[in-house]
Amino acid sequence: MSKQATAKPVSDGRAFDIVVNVLAVLVILVVLYPLIFVVSASFSDPAKVLGGEVWLLPKGFTFEAYENILHNGKIWTGYRNTIFYAAAGTFINMIMTVLAAYPLSRPDLPGRKFLMVLITLTMFFSGGLIPTYMLVKNLGMVDTAWALLVPGAIATYNLIVMRTYFQNSIPWELQEAAHMDGCSNWRLLWSIILPLSKPILAVMVLFYAVGHWNSFFNALIYIRQESLYPLQLVLREILMISQSAAVDATVGIEDKILLAESIKYAVIIVSSLPVLVMYPFVQRHFVKGVMIGSVKG
Amino acid sequence: MEISQAETAEEAARGLARRSGGMLGRMAKRFDLYLMLLLPIAWYLLFHYGPLYGLQIAFKDFNPGKGIGGSEWVGFDHFQRFFESYYFERLLWNTLSINLFSLLIAFPVPIILALIVNELRSKSFSKWLQNITFIPHFMSVVVIVGILSVFLSPNTGPVNKLIEAFGGEPIRFMESAGWFKTIFISSNIWQNMGWQSIIYIAALSGVNPQLYEAAKMDGASRLRRIWHVSLPGIVPVIVILLILDIGHFMDVGFEKILLMQNNLNLESSDVISTFVYTTGILNGEYSYTAAIGLFNSLINLTLLLLVNRFARRTAETSLW
Repeated sequence: MSKQATAKPVSDGRAFDIVVNVLAVLVILVVLYPLIFVVSASFSDPAKVLGGEVWLLPKGFTFEAYENILHNGKIWTGYRNTIFYAAAGTFINMIMTVLAAYPLSRPDLPGRKFLMVLITLTMFFSGGLIPTYMLVKNLGMVDTAWALLVPGAIATYNLIVMRTYFQNSIPWELQEAAHMDGCSNWRLLWSIILPLSKPILAVMVLFYAVGHWNSFFNALIYIRQESLYPLQLVLREILMISQSAAVDATVGIEDKILLAESIKYAVIIVSSLPVLVMYPFVQRHFVKGVMIGSVKG
Repeated sequence: MEISQAETAEEAARGLARRSGGMLGRMAKRFDLYLMLLLPIAWYLLFHYGPLYGLQIAFKDFNPGKGIGGSEWVGFDHFQRFFESYYFERLLWNTLSINLFSLLIAFPVPIILALIVNELRSKSFSKWLQNITFIPHFMSVVVIVGILSVFLSPNTGPVNKLIEAFGGEPIRFMESAGWFKTIFISSNIWQNMGWQSIIYIAALSGVNPQLYEAAKMDGASRLRRIWHVSLPGIVPVIVILLILDIGHFMDVGFEKILLMQNNLNLESSDVISTFVYTTGILNGEYSYTAAIGLFNSLINLTLLLLVNRFARRTAETSLW
């Protein structure tokens, strides 16, 4: 808005424009530099990375680190597990969120105020880590995939966003008309509401899927078996735990440190790749999701 | 005339249809809505209200053999033990200070970024700025801490290379209690400023352009226009986000703190939530740590209520 308003007078804020542009460039550099460094280091000769020769571009270009990852069984297991958790988890998330959001969006549902309070309250108060852990344990979910899929089945914030969308973007008259034609609520939801809500459904799938891909804490407390580890837990081992192992081995074999060090950069890239590759295509949807969420229902 | 006739006819038809559907028909229609809600509500009761039942062990001496209900009541013993422990002050101070500094330093950054985006004349450049600053938001905490540890590494990280180039001694950032809070907060800003600015950018685009015109007529410089037009225009959004932030005052960034924690920086990285994790889950002191967790939640809830009330009085904006 102010862009148009200030386009005419030249004297108005030339210096201001320069300051704003310089700040913007600085922000971009600060955000990008660490990322570029990691990418470059992952393609560099480990000895040169360790020697601190890598600043901006790869030195001694090599795929060695990536080849090492290819042979690391743990990473592949983690990858496979995470893909499963993300797919199954998002599926459960979507079903549960839609089933809750749609009825609660209906102004003619008796008791909907009460149910909304019941749900919204959980955003501000919870039993806490220990009682939740004990519950999941009592349900026999510890050390099974269920612990990663069921306790987080609905994100209340997403539920509220979806309900707001159903309420504000789908004309109530349409639903009433469908009712008059004898359409049941299940059919109404399936063949009218959902097809009309594709944008919000896409946003929710993205939010949930990225959430599953990046989550590590539930796995940390609920999963013991290494064969069930999601990628992030494997990643944690490589990035943080092997660090101390590598330090202990300083006197020992140098190659081992070199390998452990160089694999870190590549592993960061490999694990973030799916989300980052998707990112340019879905970025608009994410933003849209935040916008819809900020409109209070 | 014709229109109103058509309208009344339609209304009548609608009313007729409704009445002919009858009470039972309408209830049947809603019955399947409740059926849809069955699973989600059951889930909420089990996973959100269920733990509230388990919370009673905070006042009991939990014995796995006797179960939650059968264990002995001990009143406020666990709370007393916590308040009297030597680490109580350290945990409380670390929790409060990390969150307070985050609020003071990190909260305004997305607002400033949104103002920069809004003031850039080149639309495509401001799009670039936004898209690039969003990127780190999608990286996992594990990856962020991994990047921190390689970026700040005393042997190979560029930060220490720069320090050495200026003749300084390399700093072991990740193993230093003195640096912990700075690193934690600044990396949070790095990761989240772009994402958090979205709402402010949206709010700024909703400010009435005539206000800017009027301010310009009155001879206001662009800085003054930001101060007197842009900022007041987004105050309601700022207040809401501030309240929400304060509502989670005591548990911001728990996962990241846990990942960054090591024996060497424990002095400033030991917070209530990480203590609950290590002592409760890892060492199995369920009752004691459930009490500490409850103490933490109560502070959060109190702060939320207080701030919401304060905001309703002064800024006339509140959550409810």
